[in-house]
Amino acid sequence: MSATGTGAAEAPRYTKKDFESDQDVRWCPGCGDYAVLSAVQKSMPDLGIPRENIVFISGIGCSSRFPYYMNTYGFHTIHGRAPAIATGLRVARPDLKVFVVTGDGDGLSIGGNHMLHVLRRNVNLTILLFNNRIYGLTKGQYSPTSEQGKITKSTPMGSADRPVNPIAFALGCGATFVARTVDRHIAHMEETIKRAAAHRGTGFVEILQNCNVYNDLAWNVLYDKEQRLAHEMKLEHGKPLVFGPVDARQALIMDGVKPVVAPAKETPPDRLWIHDESNLNAAKILADLFAPDYPVPVGVFAAVSAPVYEEIVLDQEQRAIADKGVGEIAKLLKSGDTWKIE
Amino acid sequence: MSETAARAVTAPKPRRDLARAVVRFAGDSGDGMQLTGEQFTLESAVAGSDLATLPNFPAEIRAPAGTLFGVSSFQLQFGSQRVYTPGDRLDCLVAMNPAALKVHVDDLKPGGLLIVNTTAFDRRNLDKAGYAANPLDDPTLAERYRLHKVDMTALTLEAIQDLPLNTKEKDRTKNFFALGLVSWIYTRPLDPTLDWIKKKFAKNATIAEANVRVLKAGHAFGETAEIFSECYQLEPAEMAPGLYRAMTGNRALAWGLLAAAERSKVPIVYGAYPITPASGILEELAMHKRFRIRTIQAEDEIAAASAAIGASFGGAVGVTASSGPGIALKGEAIGLAVTAELPLVIFDIQRGGPSTGLPTKTEQADLMQALYGRNSEAPVVVLAPATPGDCFFIAYEAVRIATKYMVPVIVLSDGFLANGSEPWRIPDPSTLPPIEVHFRTDPAGFFPYLRDPATLGRPWVRPGTPGLEHRIGGIEKQDGTGDISYDPDNHDHMVRTRAEKVRRVAQEIPPTSINGPATGDLLVVGWGGTYGAITAAVERSQADGKAVASVHLRHLNPLPPDLGHILREYRRVLVPEINSGQLVRVLRAEYLVDAVGFNRVRGLPLATEDICDTINQLLEGH
Repeated sequence: MSATGTGAAEAPRYTKKDFESDQDVRWCPGCGDYAVLSAVQKSMPDLGIPRENIVFISGIGCSSRFPYYMNTYGFHTIHGRAPAIATGLRVARPDLKVFVVTGDGDGLSIGGNHMLHVLRRNVNLTILLFNNRIYGLTKGQYSPTSEQGKITKSTPMGSADRPVNPIAFALGCGATFVARTVDRHIAHMEETIKRAAAHRGTGFVEILQNCNVYNDLAWNVLYDKEQRLAHEMKLEHGKPLVFGPVDARQALIMDGVKPVVAPAKETPPDRLWIHDESNLNAAKILADLFAPDYPVPVGVFAAVSAPVYEEIVLDQEQRAIADKGVGEIAKLLKSGDTWKIE
Repeated sequence: MSETAARAVTAPKPRRDLARAVVRFAGDSGDGMQLTGEQFTLESAVAGSDLATLPNFPAEIRAPAGTLFGVSSFQLQFGSQRVYTPGDRLDCLVAMNPAALKVHVDDLKPGGLLIVNTTAFDRRNLDKAGYAANPLDDPTLAERYRLHKVDMTALTLEAIQDLPLNTKEKDRTKNFFALGLVSWIYTRPLDPTLDWIKKKFAKNATIAEANVRVLKAGHAFGETAEIFSECYQLEPAEMAPGLYRAMTGNRALAWGLLAAAERSKVPIVYGAYPITPASGILEELAMHKRFRIRTIQAEDEIAAASAAIGASFGGAVGVTASSGPGIALKGEAIGLAVTAELPLVIFDIQRGGPSTGLPTKTEQADLMQALYGRNSEAPVVVLAPATPGDCFFIAYEAVRIATKYMVPVIVLSDGFLANGSEPWRIPDPSTLPPIEVHFRTDPAGFFPYLRDPATLGRPWVRPGTPGLEHRIGGIEKQDGTGDISYDPDNHDHMVRTRAEKVRRVAQEIPPTSINGPATGDLLVVGWGGTYGAITAAVERSQADGKAVASVHLRHLNPLPPDLGHILREYRRVLVPEINSGQLVRVLRAEYLVDAVGFNRVRGLPLATEDICDTINQLLEGH
């Protein structure tokens, strides 16, 4: 086991091509996953980490095929368990840069428990959660992020469950870095992935992703030019929360303890809500907002510093060794109450 | 503790020589019976006795006082000859309250020594135990047993009346009165307990003083009170020379891992979720952070197994543990380790089931789960320790096999081995077989599923190794390249290869040791924690001149290569198990032998006497 740090100093210069594996990509034509794969491969050279120190761990689902297409170390595991497997890997090997690739079903349904605990522990890894609001690999059943009343093969009269909001979930679990990006906003996606990867602790990114076969245009509010212009609200640290077309800018402000939308022009500057990534309470309010009544926030909701699980584990080990030296089994066996038989 | 100290305790009353004795301390779960038993065990070990213990306690942490289900007990057998089991029937029962008497008195041999704490026999406690009348007033009790009514609470309070402690604190020391008294009866040295008190209560001189005084008061009571006419002494057992310590199965499993980590120079990551009776291993390992071992208390059983697998992928040895219910939850993850061909060690500390079952009681009913309890064809290596001390060697062996063959290894311990203890001759760790781990670093010609021709193990690569970047996963892979493959013939080949890899572990198994004649009328085959009961029964039959032998399997998958031949050298084969017949089914299927089972599933170890009876019946042709 070696110390934390991913060997950034000696990283060679890479291009996107260095991160493309020799495997044929097998997603459906037109799937949003292609754009995410391309953005991740393009982001890798900028991380400044030697390729051999990067590991992609995934669970089960369309998104979880991801590791096969990355020319790094990779492990395609079992449904929902990638965060737990990645936690074990980080504890064993804190020198590696670990990514977890998951989906709305993998990460929030069967693996919801592990997602909760990896986030609260603040394990130093990056989670990319592809949210297409549908089970794609099993051919089109509703998912835990599907809207209530969703008509699918398993819910011909509409789904009865209320959806979970990944951003609100992550913040509720105590996540230290929470962001949302969109598969069709390439530049924003790359920028967000790089920021998440640089975060010390768990970097959680919800990627709104299109399943063109079973749930086409689920995120049309951010694809359609006009809707996007009307609703997308870019979160930028230190800048006011405003959105909408230039001639009809809207401001998101607080009226008492309730967020409201008001024309930006008529809002006095001291009432503007200045986005602060270190304010977790504010992030929790933003997490619940969505069109049509509110803007759709994209970008970094929160980024705070907190102790990292495996660093504490390592520190305890180092302190124990500093205190009494490396353990010796021969000595341990003879410790405590013993007696001799001649 | 020196031999002189052990001999220093002398009793002026006549001492009768004994070969062995079975003693049980029983009381309320708050009466400190486990501690009393553990201290008596240590005293007996220091006196040179061989011994075996059986702690037995309720699943409830603070069961209501005085109730039948709140009774906690600790039994041990100690002797001047080999002692294989905690014993069947009791020579001496200490009952601290009416409930303890009611639950345990039928296990006492007629004429056995019965010591009761009369103070606790008040109306309230009698009601709780369901006694209409005080059983101590019934003359048949004293006719049937050598009954000693001792007002322990009063004697305890008297011994420490001047100490500035409240009544509750004073009352809590009465278990040491019982310990002192029984120590006198069996001529056990008090020094180990006096040392323990000194260490345990180093920061509270008054409590320490109280415990010392009460212990000595109990001892003196035996010596001076008119009621005890005699006491007993035991010659030290003839045990192999060496340095000894008391060892429980859970601690031995933990220390076996520490030894493996030290020897292999490969760190261990231990993922576990608290569950009785396995939690003790996690707690033990967490104390030894200096030993290349990292523990993760995971959010659930699945995460615990998954974290271990993640660690193995990273080039550490992943270990996870649980009891039956947790192993069921880990099944899918174990299957991943099977197909990813990563080392993984899984401890299953079996307990009574199904479902929650009897969490604090022992059972051997997870053999089939270990062998087959996963989807599809998912063979793993299965090992089982025979005694608490053997757990050390089995844990070490599990790591050695898992890393050599790149395969999951399940270790089947049980509640009896986990908590039971035995005097254990401390091994020299340098005599353990080496664990040689080679991580592949050479990129030339590398594929993740290339195989070692001898073991069929695939290369283990630590992520971080340049030029060896690769992807593995749960989807079927083409042998060699490791690329995803749905080819029918390749799948058939991989199913057979994974099975063959496990079969080849047979080359690690030493020749089976036979306890008794190499051919004869009856072979008794056992596995796991029944070793003591079976060995004692077989040796008793042999002493009666019967042509009976036993073998005890530590390798359950693969089975020892010489087993089939051995089975055919006997007219009958008997397989005693604490399940409804699992190994017997495997042996019948594997070797087409007409083996019969002896099965009791009571949450308790098998009784030597019952196995003896079955042996006799079989030999008489019933």
